[in-house]
Amino acid sequence: MKTQYEAVIGLEVHAQLGTNTKIFSRSAVTFGEPANSFVNEVCAGYPGSLPVLQREAVTLALRAGVAFGCNIRRKSQFARKNYFYPDLPKGYQISQFDAPLCEGGELIFEVAGESKRCGITRIHMEEDTGQSSHASDAPYSLIDLNRAGTGLIEIVSEPELRTAEEASAYFKELRAILVAIGINDGVLANGSMRCDANVSVRPVGREAFGTKVEVKNLNSFKFLREAIGFEIERQIAEIEAGGTIYQETRLWDDAKKQTFMMRRKEGSADYRYFPEPDLPPLLISEAWLAEVAATLPELPAPTRARLQEQCGLSAYDAGVLVATDGFAPFFDGVAALGTAPKAVTNWLSGSILAGINARALSFAGGVGFVTAAGHRILPAGIAELQKLVEDNTISSTASRTVFEKMLTTDASPSAIVEREGLRQVSDTGAIDAIIDEVLAANPSEVERYRAGQLPLFGFLVGLAMKASKGKGDPKLVNARLRAKLDGGA
Amino acid sequence: MADQTCLEIAASVRSGQQTAESVVSAALARMEATASLGAFVHVDRDRALADARAVDARVAAGELLPLAGVPVAVKDNLCTEGLETSCASKMLGGFVATYEATAVSRLRAAGAVVIGKTNMDEFAMGSSGETSVFGRALNPWDTERVPGGSSSGSAVAVSSRAVLASLGSDTGGSIRQPASFCGVVGFKPTYGRISRRGLVAFASSLDQIGPFTTDVADAALLFSVMAGQDGGDMTTSDAPVPALDELLHAPAPLRVGVPKEYLAEGLNPEVRARLDAALDALKAEGAEIVEVSLPHSKYAVATYYILASAEASSNLARFDGVRYGHRDTTATSLIDTYRRTRTFGFGAEVRRRIMLGTFVLSAGYYDAYYQRAQKVRSVFVREFEAAFRQCDVMLTPTAPTAAFKFGEHGDDPLTMYLADIYTIPANLAGLPAMSVPAGLTSDGLPVGVQLLAAPFAEKSLFGAALALERRLGKMEAPPAASGEKS
Repeated sequence: MKTQYEAVIGLEVHAQLGTNTKIFSRSAVTFGEPANSFVNEVCAGYPGSLPVLQREAVTLALRAGVAFGCNIRRKSQFARKNYFYPDLPKGYQISQFDAPLCEGGELIFEVAGESKRCGITRIHMEEDTGQSSHASDAPYSLIDLNRAGTGLIEIVSEPELRTAEEASAYFKELRAILVAIGINDGVLANGSMRCDANVSVRPVGREAFGTKVEVKNLNSFKFLREAIGFEIERQIAEIEAGGTIYQETRLWDDAKKQTFMMRRKEGSADYRYFPEPDLPPLLISEAWLAEVAATLPELPAPTRARLQEQCGLSAYDAGVLVATDGFAPFFDGVAALGTAPKAVTNWLSGSILAGINARALSFAGGVGFVTAAGHRILPAGIAELQKLVEDNTISSTASRTVFEKMLTTDASPSAIVEREGLRQVSDTGAIDAIIDEVLAANPSEVERYRAGQLPLFGFLVGLAMKASKGKGDPKLVNARLRAKLDGGA
Repeated sequence: MADQTCLEIAASVRSGQQTAESVVSAALARMEATASLGAFVHVDRDRALADARAVDARVAAGELLPLAGVPVAVKDNLCTEGLETSCASKMLGGFVATYEATAVSRLRAAGAVVIGKTNMDEFAMGSSGETSVFGRALNPWDTERVPGGSSSGSAVAVSSRAVLASLGSDTGGSIRQPASFCGVVGFKPTYGRISRRGLVAFASSLDQIGPFTTDVADAALLFSVMAGQDGGDMTTSDAPVPALDELLHAPAPLRVGVPKEYLAEGLNPEVRARLDAALDALKAEGAEIVEVSLPHSKYAVATYYILASAEASSNLARFDGVRYGHRDTTATSLIDTYRRTRTFGFGAEVRRRIMLGTFVLSAGYYDAYYQRAQKVRSVFVREFEAAFRQCDVMLTPTAPTAAFKFGEHGDDPLTMYLADIYTIPANLAGLPAMSVPAGLTSDGLPVGVQLLAAPFAEKSLFGAALALERRLGKMEAPPAASGEKS
């Protein structure tokens, strides 16, 4: 009988802490600025410089610990991880080793409609490195230290994931949580969140783990799923062919759709960890922890449940709202102003999502969206716009026009309606006058309609709406036209 | 100026009797007259004079500066803005820091004028001053003898009266031992009293900045200016710093402990004689002498060399030729750049300690060396706690001998390491400790004795030091220095 295999997968996710300053100095955290323009003596590792732990970074790390239900160490310790690399200015990275801030949490996520649990081994704090770039033909490399010293948490899962889909779902939910609690922007493309996977396979029923392979830099959900899927198949095929799995680090080649070896590990690297003598133990008071717990934003799973139960949204709509950055708080913001939940989701999944996809809109944290021109789309604006539709001030067609205008101006929806003359014509006399003109100008269509060609009604409505320049209240136009044609008036 | 104290200079500058500029000019002249001693390695005369004039302007504007116009010399491992900081190493040749050490800024803010950087053992690793890339500094009492180390130049600068105050750093005795050898006061405060920000780290958990002065009162003056919590160094303490007046009027100790292990066989009789004289002096001041025990003292040197080297191996990793200082440009690959830069940029003693430290932190050896040394360190802390329940201060030799001759320990690093046998425990336990001159040997060499107190008990320490100085008399300048006195 053919051997059945199962994969054993653990993920290590590095997430930058969304603080204003670096973790051990007041140097600003930036992205996309000129190289080495946000570097002080601490991030550059100049002689005599000392790390000063910034409280904000700890608060954010604590939020993650609480969100994942970890045990929070009241006295944790930083440690030095020693190795040489040009983008590591001090020759060591300040990290945590045997006394991390958080241990023993869990993450519940859904795969194919089923709920799964994966344990979180630990969450520790550390500093990011700088970045090296290697020009292919230059006899030198370039170093940018702007990123050096940015605060990170590393979230290490238990080896409890079994398929590429599970790993992907775990990472998605983990990302959603970090975004929801406001500690990371969730942008994988710029490296603010990075994932490495440890993958091994073993015959089903065997307890001992196979030799694990580390697949590094899986910076999209798609790469993660494909790379792990490939690696599982590769390892099984290798074993089936009588080969050996080596403990090594591999990278994903997206063009070839396969992993390739970066380096083979001869035993484990010796980082010579020892307690960081420049930093006293990190003490977490009960008051600090209580404050973090009390101010923790709602997590994605309860948000989804609430949206379904309290707002009557479908599981699908609730899922979309929570999965898209900025949607859930925006939804709550508009709904709180009295707008019907379904109308809010229509705005979000319609015009707003289209705007985001077209890069006319983006989410920049907090509540609301920013337009390409720098204007803000806030819950109050959408609530006002929807109210204009509901009280028949404008048609729903016109409301989409108003939304487009909101992307390029700070004017309120009502002001745009007035400025653009979009107010709906709801005056029966004015509508009647328009209809009379349309009927007079199209006697043969009127005849044929009255003779039984009923679809011509729609044609006549269209002409009347066109004559009103789109501003006629469609319901009123319909009603008056029907009365005139059918009532013989 | 040479026979004044810092307190007197500051008072006279504040009262307008002399200007900071004239004081600094005199110090610069004195520094030049004693240049053959090799105390100074980087000097900016124009900057020093400009700084002095700025102090005069502040005095004229009515600022009450505790160190008005006091010239100070600063060890070359303390970052000084605009003045090279090389740690007496080829590795940092030409390096100018972008910021200033907190201790130095506080001195300047109080009116002190930095007149130069002083010679030292390379990266503060050494007990004789001999590992400096600039060559050795000479002991003003006998120029064939070492001034001690690692703060060699700072001790020589004060001993020769080029300045009346200087800064050193003390990781295992690097202030106290040269102070003893050069006949000046050398004070290492409690760990955490003075910010290490801007001190190029040797061993972060042991390093502490402190002053060299010609008398105890001036040590109190500099300490009171530099001490106190600093937002730039998380290991500084928020413990209140005693006011200068409190320190200067601290009472003589009631109980003086003498650790019996320190008086065991082998103690040099000349050193023993000066220690006995110091004990008699404290008795005469009303103290009771109490025998105390520090049973694990014999492990201090081994413990120290494991922990200090471990931290050094990591602290000195940043000197890789990538961002600043020396870079070997003959290398053709990254790994070769590291290897050649570090092999030729560091001297032999620094390389030895980096190798030792790397070894004791390595997988498979960590538990046996680093971890065990940490445990022994905590034993020292407890032993000192117990001992200080029996006494207010302890009195010990500062060093096993008076100043030795150049090259005397040249081939044997281990006997050199033993020069710090009495000073190391204070670093391991974080205690304040001071070497106070206690007279001369029959050969006319100065010998200091060491006072130790419980952490943050500087007041007790100064009470004892002032009492000793009262009885034994203030140490005079070395004959050469007094001969040159104008």
